[in-house]
Amino acid sequence: MNERTRPNPDVLLAAIQKTEADRQRGRLKVFLGMSPGVGKTFAMLEAARRELAAGREVVIGYVETHGRKETDALTQGLPAIPRRTVEYRGVTFTEMDLDAILARRPQLVLVDEFAHTNAPGSRHPKRYQDVTELVAAGLDVYTTLNIQHVESRAEAVRQITAAAIRETVPDTALDGAEFELVDLTPEELRARLAAGKVYLGQAAQAAQENFFRPGNLAALRELALRFAAEHVGQDVLAYRQAAGIGDPWKSGQRLVVAVGPSPTSAALVRWTKRLAGELQAPWYAVYVELPQPLNPSATARLAKNLTLARELGGQIIHTTDAAVARGILRVAREQNATQLVVGKPLSTSWLDWLRGGSLLDQLIRLSGNIDVHAVRAEGETGPFQRPEWPRFDSFSFQGWGLAVGVVAGVTGLNGLLQHQLGYQSLALVYLFSVVALAMFVGRWPTLLAATLTALLWDFLFVPPVFTFRISETTDLMLFLTYFAVALAMGHLAARLRAEQTAERRREERATALYLLTRELANATDFTDLLAIIIREVGKTFRAEVAINLPDEAGTGGLTRYFASSWAMSEKEEGVADWAFRRQQPAGRSTDTLPSAEGLHLPLLVTDRIGGVLSLRFREAAELDSAQRDLLEAFVRQIALVVDRQRLRTTVQEAKLLAESERLSKALLNSISHELRTPIAAITSASSGLVDLGEAENPALRRVLTGEIRTAATRLNRLVGNLLDMTRLESGHMKLRREWCDLADLVSVALRQLERELTRHVIINQLPPGLPLVQIDFVLMEQVLVNLLLNAALHTPSGTRVTISAEVSPKDIAIIVADNGPGIAPEALPHLFDKFYRAPGAAAGGSGLGLSIVRGFVDAQGGQVSAQNRHGGGAEFTVRLPLQAAPPSLEANE
Amino acid sequence: MSDPVPKPTIALIIDDEVQIRRLLRLTLEANGYKVFEAVDGQSGLLEAGQRRPEVVLLDLGLPDMDGLTVLKRLREWSRVPVVVLSVRDQEEDKIAALDHGADDYVTKPFSTGELLARLRVAQRHTQPTPETAVFRSGEVAVDFVRRVVSRGSQEVKLTATEYSLLALLARHAGRVMTHRQLLTDVWGPNAVEHTHYLRVYVAHLREKLEADANQPKLLITEAGVGYRLIEL
Repeated sequence: MNERTRPNPDVLLAAIQKTEADRQRGRLKVFLGMSPGVGKTFAMLEAARRELAAGREVVIGYVETHGRKETDALTQGLPAIPRRTVEYRGVTFTEMDLDAILARRPQLVLVDEFAHTNAPGSRHPKRYQDVTELVAAGLDVYTTLNIQHVESRAEAVRQITAAAIRETVPDTALDGAEFELVDLTPEELRARLAAGKVYLGQAAQAAQENFFRPGNLAALRELALRFAAEHVGQDVLAYRQAAGIGDPWKSGQRLVVAVGPSPTSAALVRWTKRLAGELQAPWYAVYVELPQPLNPSATARLAKNLTLARELGGQIIHTTDAAVARGILRVAREQNATQLVVGKPLSTSWLDWLRGGSLLDQLIRLSGNIDVHAVRAEGETGPFQRPEWPRFDSFSFQGWGLAVGVVAGVTGLNGLLQHQLGYQSLALVYLFSVVALAMFVGRWPTLLAATLTALLWDFLFVPPVFTFRISETTDLMLFLTYFAVALAMGHLAARLRAEQTAERRREERATALYLLTRELANATDFTDLLAIIIREVGKTFRAEVAINLPDEAGTGGLTRYFASSWAMSEKEEGVADWAFRRQQPAGRSTDTLPSAEGLHLPLLVTDRIGGVLSLRFREAAELDSAQRDLLEAFVRQIALVVDRQRLRTTVQEAKLLAESERLSKALLNSISHELRTPIAAITSASSGLVDLGEAENPALRRVLTGEIRTAATRLNRLVGNLLDMTRLESGHMKLRREWCDLADLVSVALRQLERELTRHVIINQLPPGLPLVQIDFVLMEQVLVNLLLNAALHTPSGTRVTISAEVSPKDIAIIVADNGPGIAPEALPHLFDKFYRAPGAAAGGSGLGLSIVRGFVDAQGGQVSAQNRHGGGAEFTVRLPLQAAPPSLEANE
Repeated sequence: MSDPVPKPTIALIIDDEVQIRRLLRLTLEANGYKVFEAVDGQSGLLEAGQRRPEVVLLDLGLPDMDGLTVLKRLREWSRVPVVVLSVRDQEEDKIAALDHGADDYVTKPFSTGELLARLRVAQRHTQPTPETAVFRSGEVAVDFVRRVVSRGSQEVKLTATEYSLLALLARHAGRVMTHRQLLTDVWGPNAVEHTHYLRVYVAHLREKLEADANQPKLLITEAGVGYRLIEL
């Protein structure tokens, strides 16, 4: 196969996944127009009628005809979902009823005005989000859109028409959509407008003079045509990739745009999106957080810019650094970026000279093989805003005070020292004080101290004294050098401090994450894990936390974990449920149901969702970007851990299943053999008896009946063992504990085994006067019987079997020992396992006896162990806990 | 009663298993019983009313009603000796049956000799026998009149409680006595939970009466149920 045309497997995989996803998703078709009045709704309705005629189920979700007759006529015969009315501050709005449409599940829904903003209190703030939900639910949707409402084109439209665009739709909402351009020449549109087909009366007149000027319309038309053409281009590209035609990525380019709180950043983001679209390249928006905190309005602008970048399809990267240029380049290198987009500075500041050049200069100097685009970014609102001046918070005031104090003190000291040292050396004392000061106070107080000391030195000590004049050239040189060095030192020291602060922030973040990870690693089980998550997230974000896990019954719903610290209301549960079903964040500070009290974040690992983490913050303020970033990191970590736990559970279940399968197989094998042997014996012996004539061969008759009896005893014992096993496994074993005499117990067990133990020498070495123990007599009898039978079965005849007991303050041990061949070392660890039979064990055991021993002893709080004796032979020890002595006998003697 | 041939004892078997009934009938008939059968509790009670059996063999697991219920109904109007047929792991049922008037029990599978012995003991208790003044079993003798116990030619010193216990067991020799019956009789109704009294006193009695206290032949433990004094 030709190497050049072979499709990239990753691209193919993505294509297959997309096809899979598309099969479940509905199709979105957008009727795109350059402006209102081109007939988008009309075209959409016509297309819908064709679909209806073709036999599809079409309903009107929301169509606005603006009272136009032709359009009205087209809606006839199309079923419409009744609109929902929303009351907000006394005004009634009618909105599309999303739930009613989802409940009805038609094949095709018509939704007019894609960019519409929903009334407050709706599920989504924007209608395009409603549509996205419909499409995700598998419904096909037709919608209408004007080019001015497309996010990436809004800036261009604003420049053309000077009209502010409020309702915009992010380009990502249009991904995968099919476009039909509803085109009209500007002349035709103006004719329609004049005929009153678009706006009525006075409004038409005003519109014609403002928005609908011929020049505007021509430019808007070009924008719309180009936008539609670009999307056709994307479709072609997708097709080419799927078919393996050509190189999917033109150049392997990766773009990084620097984003800050400045309003110009939005334009930069749009520019980058356009470039990335043309290059077919992925792009990243980087924000570098400086040690100085942003004021609230800057924080809000930054959040807006980052949201814009996210909506336009960029990936957001947040980093902390003391220097912007360094932070940007670090991220760019991490992301293997090839191109960097920054704003062109509008003015240069003298401070830039101190900083080692403007941001752009630094980037160009340090960027190495990364291309830098300096884009002239136009502010969207108002004039360029100066960067924030350093804030005079309480710490700074202390810094200023300290600086002045130190300068005064050192000046006094110099006054004392001037006769000993000479005025030139005094400069060094000043310099030392400035450097020392820089370690403790900020940049600006240090610079003040540098300036003050330079002037004071000149004024007080350099001859002629009490003037600023400097007569000697060397003194002038010294003064200038001193001034430069002091400034530089102050600057450097301050930068060091700033870097330390940035480092500390990064470290705090890393520490918080590390602590979470460590705590999570300490969890002993799932319950513990959930408790840790609730505690740690609650502590770090000062929030009440609820964890919602998928229903165990697998109904696809959510159940709130009972020990959550936030008892969510029914409404919040609804929001969490939405987040779960759609696998998207919902609630406060998101696009979905922002009016909710809490923030609901899905715990996603690739495509698996492990639940929803819900938070209600104790403080009303929005999270700043660093916190948001940390929360995202937390959620990722938690999702991983929850997912891993779930996988582990699945694996364990599978293991248990396999184990139980193995056991039932062993059971069948063992039981069928164990049952068949005595049955065979009984059958053959009894048929032998039938064949024997009356009173013939009495000796043989006795042997045969004896065989039957032995086999029956064995069968009976096996059934008894199976019953005991069942009783143990059922977990409902009822203990009848009572005070028992071990000597009595042993005598009962020995009596029961009289026949079985005839070939062995039984030595009863129980010491007299053993304390009474509280046990279930019948169970313990069975334990002893099984141990004795085990000894009888696995040792040759004539073997001595000794029963003894040892008492310690805590427990009493019953020991059954023999001087037989002992236990094979490899068999020791498995001796008490169910159906385990030691290699080469004598026939007749079922592998159940010892496991029942262990089960019964465990049930009574005791322990059983086996070992080989020093002198040869096996030894089984049953330890039973000793309780307080029984209540003393009443003295009725 | 002029008939010189001993009149056969009438036995009623209440068991739903046909094979068990057949075997029991063969065994009992071979040993001079006249046997009637019933397959469930209802017909068992009916048969008991009609046939007036002298001994009843009652299975605890019946298809229509609990064996214990049959026993209770029977005991409302009859003192006929009842031997309960049970299986292992039914200690609670055995005890309940004994405490509700059953005379003894055998555990399936059982040997013929064991069954016949139990039946004989059970029957004897209802027969009006002249009050025997002395009970003998092997070397041990209990003189009820003089309240003296001896082993061989030696008199054995017993405490009052030990004597009460031994005398109670001796009066019901061969029959199992439940813990509850023994404790109630000797220590009073408040002592029924104190099985450790029994353990201690039985151990004392064995020390004094048995040849080897670790291998008792006279005073036998019925695991989980009670004690039995054997007539040797």
